[in-house]
Amino acid sequence: MAPAELERCVKDVREALMVGRNSEGKPVRRPLSPHLQVYRWPVSMAMSILHRVTGVALAIGTLMLTWWLIAAASSDPVFDQAQWFLGSPIGLLLLFGWSVALIFHFFSGIRHLVWDAGIGFDAPAYNTSGWAVLIATAIGSVLIWVIGLAVW
Amino acid sequence: MVAFNLPLNSRIGQGQTFKAPPGTKRVREFKIYRWSPDDGKNPRTDTYEIDLDSCGPMVLDALIKIKNEIDPTLTFRRSCREGICGSCAMNIDGGNTLACLKPIDAVKGAVKISPLPHMPVVKDLIPDLSQAYAQYRSIKPWMQADTPAPPDGERLQSKTERAKLDGMWECILCFCCSTSCPSYWWNGDRYLGPAVLLAAYRWIADSRDEETGQRLDELEDPFKLYRCHTIMNCTDTCPKGLNPAKAIGAIKQLIVERQG
Repeated sequence: MAPAELERCVKDVREALMVGRNSEGKPVRRPLSPHLQVYRWPVSMAMSILHRVTGVALAIGTLMLTWWLIAAASSDPVFDQAQWFLGSPIGLLLLFGWSVALIFHFFSGIRHLVWDAGIGFDAPAYNTSGWAVLIATAIGSVLIWVIGLAVW
Repeated sequence: MVAFNLPLNSRIGQGQTFKAPPGTKRVREFKIYRWSPDDGKNPRTDTYEIDLDSCGPMVLDALIKIKNEIDPTLTFRRSCREGICGSCAMNIDGGNTLACLKPIDAVKGAVKISPLPHMPVVKDLIPDLSQAYAQYRSIKPWMQADTPAPPDGERLQSKTERAKLDGMWECILCFCCSTSCPSYWWNGDRYLGPAVLLAAYRWIADSRDEETGQRLDELEDPFKLYRCHTIMNCTDTCPKGLNPAKAIGAIKQLIVERQG
């Protein structure tokens, strides 16, 4: 079989282990043991998925801010339209979400950088740093919005 | 690949309940994952009520009591009952650990037990670990050296060199860590997983091993090593208190450092 053909047939080599035999020797399909259904989430696991989720959210949210910049460079009516949307409750909510994602991803990224330097792998450091990121995100978001709304 | 839901044949149904005899004072429920290849049915959760006054302190004691006194069909691996063989690794109360080291009192409410997560089930609490063992073999977990050993004795190490292996030689290959790792759940076909990477680093860090470069070459791969995203579940769950995430971090650092 050509490699590409083989690739199509077996997407995952673990598939082979999903076939077992019953007591009479006949092949049976084995179940996959429960994973997310039973696993109790440690803080660090939640932090990890949040890092990825906020990364995706930032990529999409940045499109919105790009639209705002392009509108500013286009013409007054187009910019007014963008300003109106971003100043509406939905726009503000999106901006708020984007800023929280940015702050979380920023601090969480620093946590990853520190790990990459070989620091912070031991318990309880990895839990402490996780909570620190969450607290820093909360404080940072509140600060930015208090200042932002005051200036606005 | 990522699949949050269980396949249709793996969804867990309601099983039977084995009541404690009347008059039992300290009853604890054990909700245990059951699956047999012989009845053609989906997995189910059976509930066993256990009298804690006539049961040993550990979760494994309760499992053995169930098998001996209530339901001999319950199937699980066990051997040493003191945390050195790694046989009774399973998911207890949402975390992977060894049943023999987990006190029943450490669990609040019903004790929920299922096999190590995201593995093919052979029967009840027994997962098929063939993939993990094959991956373990792939990292050549033995000493490789071209230089012959001194004719008059062993290959010597300084105390500092020997101390580098602490926290790694203690691994009993129970695979609690690998099966706690979401990356290993989704990409375990190609990602080696924390247990095997810890073992790999154990040989990389060994001053007597002479194949460090080759070992790093083989690990430098987007899937084998770099599916580790420092989720930390491995370190969080290790029943021996070891730190696979730190070892993986050390491998990543060595690969960067040798690039100069």
